[in-house]
Amino acid sequence: MACIDKDGNITRSAELMLLAAVEPNDIETIIRECGLAPFRVRSGLRELEKVGLIQMKGNLYQVTPMGIEKLEGKLSH
Amino acid sequence: METTNNVKTSSQIPRIGDKAPNFEAESTFGPLQLEDFKGSWLVFFSHPADFTPVCTTEFIEFAKNYEKLRKLNCELLGLSIDSIFSHISWVRNIEEKFGVKIPFPIIVDLDASVANLYGMIMPGDSNTETSRCVFVIDPDGKIRAMIYYPLTTGRNIDEIIRLVQALQTTDKHTVATPANWRPGEKVIVPPPRSQEAAQERMNQDYDCVDWYFCKKSLEKD
Repeated sequence: MACIDKDGNITRSAELMLLAAVEPNDIETIIRECGLAPFRVRSGLRELEKVGLIQMKGNLYQVTPMGIEKLEGKLSH
Repeated sequence: METTNNVKTSSQIPRIGDKAPNFEAESTFGPLQLEDFKGSWLVFFSHPADFTPVCTTEFIEFAKNYEKLRKLNCELLGLSIDSIFSHISWVRNIEEKFGVKIPFPIIVDLDASVANLYGMIMPGDSNTETSRCVFVIDPDGKIRAMIYYPLTTGRNIDEIIRLVQALQTTDKHTVATPANWRPGEKVIVPPPRSQEAAQERMNQDYDCVDWYFCKKSLEKD
């Protein structure tokens, strides 16, 4: 899992994707806000969705409560 | 499919014009699917093994030209039959010893499943390593060009970039490109398909040697 290390911490790229999806956003907006290559965002969002940190509503991605917790944990360090 | 030295090899090789076979694989950037690259051009290439000198020179050159490729909306994706730990260690070694950061992902293909999808193993060259294969895949996921080099010979990265530029020029302007073409040089006007069109061709403002051999500058468009 590239977006989360074995200690359960999110990576920098995962953090950028979660931050871009605090408000529901489509993938193009998230790509633009993250400044990451589109392939990295597509694969990253898929992984974040698998581990329950992000969810899809229609064609929009939004951080889950668990994702918010991860973000708050990261930002408090 | 035959098995040699525990690596299954396939004689299957996709062809130019085919849809590039999709896959999901672990990489140095995490799990990737080919479909993650849709909308971008992709140079998907294999190398024989990590920690080998020719491959190291190729990776350094790919890395140095990565931004040039990104400006062409083109990504790079490497592959070899090595573990994730080998890939990570090699990438770190290249940065430490050569001062070059590898900015693109490398696929982990220990069971050679992706290599076999793309016919990257040439048993006459090596049963256990991928040859130096290059697949240029367009934004719609179609294979547009293929290059194969043997284990001994490093690829010309400048030629791969030129190939991407030529394919993009062909798509944009419906033209062909002559031998050794470089961006900015004249391109080939597709030959006419009727006698009438051949006659008309000679009266157009092209640089024609004969009815079938006409060039033009793209600046005139």
